[in-house]
Amino acid sequence: MNAGALRRLSGLLRKESLQIWRDPSALAIAFLLPAVLLLIFGYGVSLDARNVPIALVVQRPGALAASFTSQFARSPFFRPRRFLTIQDAERAMTAQLVQGIVWLPSDFARRAEAGGSSPIGVIVNGVDANDARIIEGYVQQVWATWLTARAQAAGGGAALPLSVAPQVRFNQAVDSRDYLVPGLIAVIMTLTGALLTALVIAREWERGTMEALMVTRVTMREILLAKLIPYFVLGMGGMAASVAIAVLLFGVPLEGSVWVLTAASGLFMLTALGMGLVISSIARNQFVAGQIAIITTFLPAFLLSGFVFDINSMPRVVQIITHIVAARYFVAILQSVFLAGNVWSVILPNAFALAVMAAIFLGLARAITHKRLD
Amino acid sequence: MPDTDPGPAVRLAGVRRRFHAGKRVVTALDGITAEAARGAVTGLVGPDGAGKTTLMRLIAGLLRADAGRIEVLGIDVARDPLSVQARLGYMPQRFGLYEDLSVAENLDLYADLQGVSPDRRPARYAELLHMTGLGPFTGRMAGRLSGGMKQKLGLACTLVHPPDLLLLDEPTVGVDPVSRRELWQIIDHLTREAQVTVLFSTAYLDEAERCDSVLLLHEGQLLGHGPPGQFTAEMAGRSFLATASLGRRRLQARLAAMPGVIDAVIQGSRVRVITAEAVPPVAAGLFAEAPDLVFTPTPPRFEDSFVARLRARDGLAPPALPTPARPLAGEGGVTGDVIVVARLTRRFGAFVAVDDVSFTVARGEIFGLLGANGAGKSTTFRMLCGLLPPTSGTLRVAGFDLRGAAASARGRIGYMAQKFSLYGDLSVAQNLRFFSSAYRLTGAHQRARVAWAETEFELGPMRDATARDLPLGFKQRLALACALMHEPDILFLDEPTSGVDPLARREFWRRINALAEQGVTVLVTTHFMEEAEYCDRLVIMAQGAVLAAGEPEAIKQGARTAAQPDPTMEDAFIAVIEAAQAPAQAA
Repeated sequence: MNAGALRRLSGLLRKESLQIWRDPSALAIAFLLPAVLLLIFGYGVSLDARNVPIALVVQRPGALAASFTSQFARSPFFRPRRFLTIQDAERAMTAQLVQGIVWLPSDFARRAEAGGSSPIGVIVNGVDANDARIIEGYVQQVWATWLTARAQAAGGGAALPLSVAPQVRFNQAVDSRDYLVPGLIAVIMTLTGALLTALVIAREWERGTMEALMVTRVTMREILLAKLIPYFVLGMGGMAASVAIAVLLFGVPLEGSVWVLTAASGLFMLTALGMGLVISSIARNQFVAGQIAIITTFLPAFLLSGFVFDINSMPRVVQIITHIVAARYFVAILQSVFLAGNVWSVILPNAFALAVMAAIFLGLARAITHKRLD
Repeated sequence: MPDTDPGPAVRLAGVRRRFHAGKRVVTALDGITAEAARGAVTGLVGPDGAGKTTLMRLIAGLLRADAGRIEVLGIDVARDPLSVQARLGYMPQRFGLYEDLSVAENLDLYADLQGVSPDRRPARYAELLHMTGLGPFTGRMAGRLSGGMKQKLGLACTLVHPPDLLLLDEPTVGVDPVSRRELWQIIDHLTREAQVTVLFSTAYLDEAERCDSVLLLHEGQLLGHGPPGQFTAEMAGRSFLATASLGRRRLQARLAAMPGVIDAVIQGSRVRVITAEAVPPVAAGLFAEAPDLVFTPTPPRFEDSFVARLRARDGLAPPALPTPARPLAGEGGVTGDVIVVARLTRRFGAFVAVDDVSFTVARGEIFGLLGANGAGKSTTFRMLCGLLPPTSGTLRVAGFDLRGAAASARGRIGYMAQKFSLYGDLSVAQNLRFFSSAYRLTGAHQRARVAWAETEFELGPMRDATARDLPLGFKQRLALACALMHEPDILFLDEPTSGVDPLARREFWRRINALAEQGVTVLVTTHFMEEAEYCDRLVIMAQGAVLAAGEPEAIKQGARTAAQPDPTMEDAFIAVIEAAQAPAQAA
């Protein structure tokens, strides 16, 4: 790069920095948007069920039934309500007052004491399939705990044919927020990065300044670099703020190294900014640029990155499509770095994929941006 | 750098360029062959849609031509745009300024981009700031400059590195006449002192006369090419001013229908007449109603030649008189002043957009608000329509106080917005139907009004065309028809003829005159000095305040000096603004 090119680039960089400082919209996209989205999704999206209202129907009260129901009252997952008949409980479930019904039939105690199986009825509101499965699992857990306690009290170990000892790795608290927030950061940063470059270049088109820039000696490479460098810095600032919110506010552990996190974020930010540059060469007004950025970056990242919807359970075709969603690789890296540590077997291939995507998008942006209006 | 090539600065050979707008193909430039001489000011003159901006962009290497060849300073632009751009200064339509950078920061940026070394900057900046008068404002944000100052800063930025060729795309549109005059002084200075070649595009036909050479463009075609004197010389002996004791609008209508007359427009209290041949029209006994009719020869203007060329090309017969007047719906409703504005003020925070404005408009009068962009015309208009509450002052329209009964007043108003506000995706007939139902017309009455609009405005053949695809002149006609659907007795026109060609403008004013004759009160805003001539009375506004009010002739006479025995409206405007600034500077 010769002296003239350096002077042009530094002039453009100074202009861009002054604009960022004076026009709060870029700062808002870099810092405010991730913070707000992180707070909304972080507090709003949770896959845990706690204090689930549940109906208990005990047709023939007795000591045995009481010991079983008290197990529900002690559980942090349930908020039990007593109903006298199964019909009342069903009405309550229809009215969405309770999410499920646990029904102890009249022969519950008799069959249990006879040593045989003692069936209980469990009805779960299946409208939200995910919640339903979780509730079902919790109920079984409570039931198993109760059976074990009873067997031990009886002095024998014969009541249960096998015992399950769950062991959880990489997210010891089994808190879905710890798992969601890192993925969420990837999704939000996709949007932020793409919006930063797409909107500021669209703004230059709208205000007619791009036309004036183009008729100087400046080259398109210099214009693109002058957009990439300041918004990379800004985007990484937003990334740092998001990590700080995740660790300090949501208490997500950061098991891996900060340097790995920074390097991976840098690669990902280049990809997102590159997508923004590509969008900006198609959309020349801020409204359209914003729409395209949301549809082509945020939605695929949200749905296809595996941050909440497991990629392995998607149809084959959709699984293949997820490979072109850059957020997918970043989600994998973030979940590993936050929850498991520096797992190189996860980080290296995904980082490589990110580097390839960054090269593709930046190269594409360079190839389709001409120093012409048509 | 001195050039060994003595050829022209710009050489165009068979330049053609089309654009695709949806399914439609628009020919922006249709085989243009012309040259622009070195060291001269060449004007690209024509109405909106003539192809001026496209030609500028082609010359700057921002667009590629579909056919033909463009040589700039001896370089083929298509082959080597960067070399051309290194020697160009180009000011696009909105001046290409960063509004959130200061004057000095904008200059620094363009100095960096044009490779001006830091040691040469102080001297160059001093020169440019002196030339543009921006010296005291270097720290001010570009967005907070007035239109005229932005224009000068945009020019200074393109001149940071002295260019060999300067391209200015409509630099004077919407800018006040004082800044316009100053810009021309700068351009004269540049061509004389620095031998810069200037290409200047404009829709103001009077600016053509200031250029050394003119390319007259219309709908992508070159209608003429040569020094402006050549254009006016063709018109020698064909321009006259007619005076008679008849009302000037009636006189104009009569003269326009006369055989042998290709153009008749109101100019002050007189009517300007252009004849097809260089033979003076015989006044004696022409009209029984005007026995005192006199024709005085007058020097031809550039616009006369444009009109003559358009008439020759299109073979248009002079427009027929409008169909007989319909009786006015609001007849006998309000007498005397239809619009009363008293001590009207509107503030936006600390900014005073309209400052203590008062005027009245009588029934059947055409009243103008004349001023540059940012003078407060549109804000005044919005308050008159009841769209914006005034900060203080009174507003009465058709007898209704707009503070209390804005809706009732609005029912009596027809409003034609700037840029026409039509629904581009709807057809002509659908637009008419929509606007008539918006004005609550239904059934037979609505059908009758739509039919009336289609005949009266000659929209019938275009009724199924999409509004977006209409030529500008038709859009303007349709917009006027839409504003008249509910037979309003007051008509508000916001910059109605900005950018349309002279024939469409004449056509438009012929209709407005006819409406005024029927008793419709017309309020019009314009930054077009010539258009002020059509008004019965007008106010000149600048920075929110009224600087002068009265009949156009009286305002012009006020600017009369020994040096300027017959001032134009523009001269008058400049005199009024300078008179207003003088006490401020003395204080």
